[in-house]
Amino acid sequence: MSRPSDHFDSAEPVAPAVNPKLSIAGYGRWLWSLLTSMRTALVLLLFLAIAAIPGSLFPQHSSDPNGVTQYFADNKDLAPILDKFQLFDVYSSVWFSAIYILLFISLIGCVIPRTKHHFDALRARPPRTPVRLERLPGFDEREFGGVDAEVALASAARVLKSQRYRVERYDRDGAITISAERGYMRETGNLVFHFALLGVLIAVGFGSGFGYSGQRVIVEGQGFSNTLLAYDSFNPGRFFTPTELEPYSLTLDKFTTTYEQKNLNAIGQPTDYLANVTAQLRDEKPFATTIKVNEPLRIAGTDVYLLGNGYAPVVTVRNPAGKVIFHDAVPFLPQDKNLTSLGVVKLPDGLPKQVGMIGFFYPTVQDSHGGMKVSVYPDLVDPLLTFNIYVGDLGLNEGVPRSIYALDTSKLTKLTGINTTLESLEMKPGQSATMPNGLGTVTLDKVVRYASLDVHHDPTQGWVLFFALAALGGLLTSLFIPRRRVWVSVAPTKNKKILVEYAALARGDDPTLVAGVQAIIAAHIRDLGLTCD
Amino acid sequence: MTDALSQYSVLSLYSAMAVYAIAFVLFTIDLAGKTTEGKISARFQRIAYALTWVGFALQLTAGILRGVAAHRVPWANMYEFAMTGTLIITGVFLVANLKWNLRFVGTFTTGLVLILLGLAATRYYVEVVPLPPALQSYWLVIHVFVATLGTGFFSLGFSLSVLQLLQQRREVAVHDGKKTRLTGLVKLPDAVALENYAYRLIIIGFIFWTFTLIAGAIWAEKAWGRYWGWDTKEVWTFIIWTIYAGYIHARATRGWRGTRSAVLALVGFGAVMFNFTIVNIFFKGLHAYSGL
Repeated sequence: MSRPSDHFDSAEPVAPAVNPKLSIAGYGRWLWSLLTSMRTALVLLLFLAIAAIPGSLFPQHSSDPNGVTQYFADNKDLAPILDKFQLFDVYSSVWFSAIYILLFISLIGCVIPRTKHHFDALRARPPRTPVRLERLPGFDEREFGGVDAEVALASAARVLKSQRYRVERYDRDGAITISAERGYMRETGNLVFHFALLGVLIAVGFGSGFGYSGQRVIVEGQGFSNTLLAYDSFNPGRFFTPTELEPYSLTLDKFTTTYEQKNLNAIGQPTDYLANVTAQLRDEKPFATTIKVNEPLRIAGTDVYLLGNGYAPVVTVRNPAGKVIFHDAVPFLPQDKNLTSLGVVKLPDGLPKQVGMIGFFYPTVQDSHGGMKVSVYPDLVDPLLTFNIYVGDLGLNEGVPRSIYALDTSKLTKLTGINTTLESLEMKPGQSATMPNGLGTVTLDKVVRYASLDVHHDPTQGWVLFFALAALGGLLTSLFIPRRRVWVSVAPTKNKKILVEYAALARGDDPTLVAGVQAIIAAHIRDLGLTCD
Repeated sequence: MTDALSQYSVLSLYSAMAVYAIAFVLFTIDLAGKTTEGKISARFQRIAYALTWVGFALQLTAGILRGVAAHRVPWANMYEFAMTGTLIITGVFLVANLKWNLRFVGTFTTGLVLILLGLAATRYYVEVVPLPPALQSYWLVIHVFVATLGTGFFSLGFSLSVLQLLQQRREVAVHDGKKTRLTGLVKLPDAVALENYAYRLIIIGFIFWTFTLIAGAIWAEKAWGRYWGWDTKEVWTFIIWTIYAGYIHARATRGWRGTRSAVLALVGFGAVMFNFTIVNIFFKGLHAYSGL
C-alpha cells in the first residue's frame, strides 16, 4: 500500500469497505485503515481547527492567568462549568489532546507504509512502457527521416537523463521504447514534512518537560543568582530537577527608558528600554552586558528576557524614637501609560500595631479635578509619592501566601486618605512625612527603576526550529517538484522513416505536464541535430 | 516634513480607492454580461484591468510615502497593515494576470480591497508614531510582510474558489437542462480549471503562511521569551494553517475534491479575514499593540 485507499490517485475500492462478519483481527485492520485514511486525517484536521477556537474566546491559564481569575470573578456561575470542560486549559485538555494524538497516530499509520513503499520505489526500475501511449496525457508524436531508430532512442535517453530522469529500456514487438521517471523528491519531501511535524511535537513535549521559567523583579543596584529561592515565581517542567539550574548571577546596574520628545503625536511614548547588567558565571570574571526588548541575554543555557519595568521608590520608615524599622526599594506596578504606579509597604514589626501602606507614585504629578492627582508624563519630571496608612492585622500570620503587591484591608483600619479625616501622606524625593497617631515618619529617599526579568531554559527549542524548517523544506519540495513518468517509443514506418511517440503521466498535481513533454520533444529534436518543423 | 509626507500618503491612498471603485464597477458589469464577443463588456474589462494597475501605482506611492514619513516599513499598525495587505492582494492579482488570464476575478479583488481600505482609512487611521520597543526588530519586516503575501495569495484563491462553486452550479444546471441565472460565467474557464488555478495559488499562500508561523515563533521567542504560547493571534494563525492543510488534503481525497475542497478554501479565507479584523479589534492578546 502506498497511499491511503481513498487517495485521489488510488484505484477505486472494489469491495465494500466494511464486512459485517469480520473477525476481531479483521475488525482491527478495518479500524486501522479507517484511522489512517485520508478522510479521517482530513476530518481530524478540521476538528483540530475547531477545537482550537475556544482557547481564543476564553482566557487561558497558560497565557493569561489574571484573565482567568477575572473571568471567575465576573461569571461566578458559568466559570466553574466551563472549567469542568477544561475551557480555561484548552490546549492541554483531554479533548484537544485526544484530537491531536489521534491525528498523529493517523499520520504515523499513513506515513510508515508510504515510507516503505517509497524506499522500494527508489530502488525499483521505471515501469514497463504502456502499449497504447496515445491514451496518456501529454501524448504527441513526430516522424523523422534519415535517423536510425537506435540513435533516436539513445538521444531521447540522453535528453531525459539530462533532465534528471531515471531511464529504463524496454523493447517490444515493432518498437523500441524507454520508460523514464523523475521527481522522487516530491514524495521524499512529503514524507520529510510529515515526519518533521512529528519531530516538532516530540521536541515540544520534551522541552516543556525538562525546561523551566522563572520571573524576578530586580531593582537598580541589586542582583540575583540563578537559584530556586531567588525567583519571585517559578514554573518548572514536569521532569525538572533543581540541578538543571546553571549557577550564575546578574546585577542590574542601570535601567534606562528613552521617551519620544519630538513627534507631537507620541510625546512620552517609550522608544527604548535598556537594562545594563553585570553578569557572572561561577568561577569566572564578571562582565558587563545589556538586555533589551527583542534582544535577550543568552547566558549559561538560559535566556533572560526584559519583560517589564517600573519605578521603585526607596522608602525609609522610622518609629517615633527615630529608629529605622524599614528601608527598601519598593517596586510599584504601573497603572497607565504615564506610569502612575501602585505599591504596598507592609510593616508587621517595629511599631506598636501592624501598619500597612498603600502608595501611589506619580513620576510627573499634576492636580486633577476633585483633588485627585494624575501623572501626565512617564519620566521623572516632578515626582510625588503618596501613602494611605492602615493599621490592624496584615493577615501575615495565617500561613497563607500573600502578594507583596496587594494589601488585604479586611482587618485593617484606614487612617488617611478618602473617607477619613486626614490627608494622605505626600512626599517628594528627599522629603519626609509624619504618620498619624504618632506612628512615626516615612521618608522618600530617592526613586530608582526596576526591571522584571524572565529567565527561560528550553533544552529543545533548537530542535523545534530544526524540525519546523525541515517541515517547510519538505513542504516546498512536495508541492512544487513534479513527479512524472515519461515514455518514448520509436518504431519504423512503412515509408522508411521512424515514428517517435512521446507520452507522460503525472503523479499528483502537475500543471506543467504537457509543457514538459513539449520541452522534451524540442530538446530531443535539437539533440538529433534536426530542426523543428 | 513627516506630516506633509503622511498627508500626501493619505491623498494618494484616497485617489487609489477612487480608481479601484471605478475598476470594481467595470469589472462587475463585465462579469455580469453574457458574452465577451464583440460586446462593450470586453472593453470594460480591459479598462478596469488598466485602472487596477493605476490604483496599484497610487497605492504603492501611498505606502512608500507613509514608510518614508515614518522612517520604517509601512506595516506596523492596523491601518498600515491594511494598506500594505491590500496592496499585496492587488499585486498578487496583477502579477498572476501576467501569467494567466484571470481578469474576471477583478471584481472580487477590487471589491475586497475597497472594503478593507475603506474600513482602515475611516476607522483605524493613526498618525505616524515611533515604534514601541517590542516592534523594533527586523522580524517586523519579515514576519508581517510574508503574512501579507500569504494573505494576498489566499485572497485570490478564495475569489477563484467562489467562482468555481458558481461555475459548478451553472454546469450542473446546464447538464440537467435547467435554467440558470449564472449565464455570465459562460465565458469563464470551467469549474475544474478554476479549481486548479485556486489550488496553485493557495499552495503558494500556504507556504508563505507556514513561513509566517515559523518566523513569528522565532520572533516571539526573542520578544516574549517563548516561541509558542497560544496567544489569540497565534491560535488563529494555527487555525488558518490547519484549515488550509485540510484543504490540501481534501484536494487529494476522493469525494472531497471539487466542491468540498472549495468550501474549505472559503472557510480558510474567512478565518484569515476574521483573524485580521475581529481578532485584532476585539480579542485580548499580545499582538494587540500592533493592531490599534
